[in-house]
Amino acid sequence: MTSTDTVDTVAHAAATPDHPQPYRELGLRAEEYARIREILGRRPTDAELAMYSVMWSEHCSYKSSKVHLRYFAETTTDEMRAKMLAGIGENAGVVDVGDGWAVTFKAESHNHPSYVEPVQGAATGVGGIVRDILAMGARPLAVQDSIRFGPADAPDTRRVLPGVVAGVGGYGNCLGLPNVGGEVVFDATYAGNPLVNALCVGAMRAQDLHLAHATGRGNKVILFGARTGLDGIGGVSVLASDTFSGDEGGTGRKKLPSVQVGDPFTEKVLIECCLELFAAGLVVGIQDLGGAGLSCATSELASAGDGGMLVDLDRVPLRAKDMTPAEVLSSESQERMMAVVRPDDVADFLAVCRKWDVLATEIGEVTDSGRLVITWHGSVVVDVPPRTVAHEGPVYRRPVARPVAQDALVADSPDRLARPATPDELRTTVLRMVASPNLASRRWVTQQYDRYVRGGTVLAQPADAGMIRIDERTGRGVAVATDCNARFVALDPYAGAQLALAEAYRNVAVTGAVPAAVTDCLNFGSPEDPGVMWQFREALHGLADGCRALGIPVTGGNVSFYNSTGDTAILPTPLVGVLGVIDDVRHRIATAIGPGQELFLLGTTRDEFGGSEWAHVAHGHLGGRPPSVDLAAERLLARTLHAASRAGLVAAAHDLSDGGLAQAVVEAALIGGTGCRITLPAGADPFVWLFAESAGRALVAVPADAADRFAELCAERGQPATRIGDVPAESADVVIDGVATFGLAELAAAWEGTLPKLFG
Amino acid sequence: MSRIGVVTFPGSLDDVDTVRAVRLVGAEPVALWHGDADLRSVDAVILPGGFSYGDYLRAGAIARFAPVMGEVVAAAGRGLPLLGICNGFQVLCEAGLLPGALTRNESLHFVCRDQPLRVDNPDTVWTSRYARDAEIVIPLKHMEGCYVADADTLRRLSGEGRVVFRYLGNPNGSRDDIAGVTDATGRIVGLMPHPEHAVDPLTGPGTDGLGMFQSVLDHLVAA
Repeated sequence: MTSTDTVDTVAHAAATPDHPQPYRELGLRAEEYARIREILGRRPTDAELAMYSVMWSEHCSYKSSKVHLRYFAETTTDEMRAKMLAGIGENAGVVDVGDGWAVTFKAESHNHPSYVEPVQGAATGVGGIVRDILAMGARPLAVQDSIRFGPADAPDTRRVLPGVVAGVGGYGNCLGLPNVGGEVVFDATYAGNPLVNALCVGAMRAQDLHLAHATGRGNKVILFGARTGLDGIGGVSVLASDTFSGDEGGTGRKKLPSVQVGDPFTEKVLIECCLELFAAGLVVGIQDLGGAGLSCATSELASAGDGGMLVDLDRVPLRAKDMTPAEVLSSESQERMMAVVRPDDVADFLAVCRKWDVLATEIGEVTDSGRLVITWHGSVVVDVPPRTVAHEGPVYRRPVARPVAQDALVADSPDRLARPATPDELRTTVLRMVASPNLASRRWVTQQYDRYVRGGTVLAQPADAGMIRIDERTGRGVAVATDCNARFVALDPYAGAQLALAEAYRNVAVTGAVPAAVTDCLNFGSPEDPGVMWQFREALHGLADGCRALGIPVTGGNVSFYNSTGDTAILPTPLVGVLGVIDDVRHRIATAIGPGQELFLLGTTRDEFGGSEWAHVAHGHLGGRPPSVDLAAERLLARTLHAASRAGLVAAAHDLSDGGLAQAVVEAALIGGTGCRITLPAGADPFVWLFAESAGRALVAVPADAADRFAELCAERGQPATRIGDVPAESADVVIDGVATFGLAELAAAWEGTLPKLFG
Repeated sequence: MSRIGVVTFPGSLDDVDTVRAVRLVGAEPVALWHGDADLRSVDAVILPGGFSYGDYLRAGAIARFAPVMGEVVAAAGRGLPLLGICNGFQVLCEAGLLPGALTRNESLHFVCRDQPLRVDNPDTVWTSRYARDAEIVIPLKHMEGCYVADADTLRRLSGEGRVVFRYLGNPNGSRDDIAGVTDATGRIVGLMPHPEHAVDPLTGPGTDGLGMFQSVLDHLVAA
């Protein structure tokens, strides 16, 4: 185009086949551009090029991961599928949790925006995942955030972390969703590329499930929520007048930051408005506007329905002047939804929106033309088969190669590292570990999050999993945990992903809930690096095979590539979220231990230190093999805990993971506000027992008079269980017999002091 | 049955919790809508927590102009018991029904924690179930909870026994550790902590918040 006054219409595009287009600047390769021309039989208009370029991006099209993601479907058995009401490909997976309730949950990344602009990047990450849940017809009930940063003491971490926390908190708090857990992890590889993975869980009656379908010729398409502006336009700005109207002088036209700006109040109102619309039966299909904005919503809705849609782009309410059709289509302005509504219901639909002061505009209708046709100032600017935009993007089989350095990494065993041996050395190590940034209390972060709102929060940080009551009458609820030890994944992506799954599964199990479904957020480096693709493929296979072994399906997820700083990729971080079901939250297992309880260590402790927190803290070492994976043992542990808790034999339980037994004991004591006494088995190597990170273990507190019955129950089931100590009355010390005694105040100072010292 | 109204503004968040607390003590919760200038014959009104209208200007600054607020102010003038929790407290201060103002926490961070409080005044219609100087634990969660007023007002509030709750361990920089205050009649109370989140040990730190809802019910039943 040569001027902002002239619009690049379909007719104009057909008449000017040789007009040069900036497809490279938009991230398209020459063959991708050629493919678009082939699909259309002409060159695309500016607006079409904008649509294809955002929808064919890695983020929207999964072009590098698609061939691998199929493995999830291939490994999902009918039995696993039985409880799934919606799976991968929908806005979020939906699981039948019994009593007519359906629960939907999903995690999504907002990594790159959170580095550029931590507050808004993180805030809109929360906003986006909440709308995904809402779009399924569910009331969003809770969020979690798994966030990863560079070294805790790096100056830039002091910029990024407080901003991300303020963004997650500011948005979620104002939205009225309790934040019930997550992770905060520090590692040098995240220095220029923090990870912000937000998870949302929502619930609905199973019959109220809404899917993103635009069906019914003549049904109206309504855009509602916030106005559309220039925020989040990103690369599409190269199509704007700056480049093509001869406006190189820069007369001040629109250059807004590519990170979107969130308005949680608008989203809160939008949630209530949508739920009222659903309840009144006024919605045929619905889709949230997230990445790729209207391009995504129109093409996905149309291709999932009757295959056609006619949209009058002039009707889209704008908040900026002189926007081009390409910009309107690509804008990622937040807090917008698109609904398909029967013509007879439009008036009622608009009335509900008016009640909530939500702007709603009819912008088009469903057709059976098989084409997505978009007009602007009376001319057609888009005329495409919607599936080619939404689903038939390029698919790449990227080269996959085990990195040459992998052998050396695995060979670099932690066995050579000097270990603390004397009681003094062990004591110092416990205190140093407890205060280390990855193990220290997360209170500085989590106390900036509302965990109470809506009155359904049964467990939240520092519990192992968040638990939410979904039915006040019956007490039915769900537990959710998100985990990933990325160092394990670096050492062995297949096993590491299974360890992430096992940890999240265990964290759900120790609350008394029964693990039921999995979501993931696969954060990796560049897919153009064969070594990264190897990590990705291995991790994905590990996760899928692990889910099959545990009998719980992956219901959805998210892939985030290109997480690297310069040439340094992040540690491969396949975040795993596990959802569990509990039929009555009054049966939940607490985390805090109390006087009059005996302590058991369930599971098997091995000399396993590859990728451990101890190796990291004491030696800055990463090498060797991760802990061994035994998913049958994880399943046994979960079932034993569930049976024992229902038999009234469990007072509290706490998962063992980073930092091993020592960390679990210190946390259980500090959370319970009581000391305890630990006696390691005769002949045990105290260092190994205190710090090894073997999987499949939990610390369990049992009422003293139930200890024998608990031990019998474990024995009957073949569950390894070791009596490891007790909680005396009025004890203010954590005593590890023959090793050290710690005052609670001393432990609390170490555990609680670190993050406030670093971040104020 | 006593009818207790709970107002929903756009952006109200803890209205569902407040309704639950009202129901738990055996009163009838009545939903009141910000846009309706109608109190539906309720016997008391609670303005719940949240971020009314987004609170982008000043917390509570827009909500005080909502149609329902005209009725609330008029009814309060006739002696209707009125409680403002968190954002509701901010609205009452903005509306001039309670003295002082709530400003940004001294830490400049949002804070959510289980907060020990001392009951300084058990003689209001909302606190009669508590013993004087009782120590209770109620969750708080806010960004703008730092109570401020001029020196004269602070002196008068303390002198007249109108400080209802004080923080034990000040979480936000509030003057004189003030967590909640009352008007001269003891019928209008505002506080930053959330008693509706302390009504069930399963979902909160305990049941210390129930007393506020029971107190007003006692008052209504006796009246």
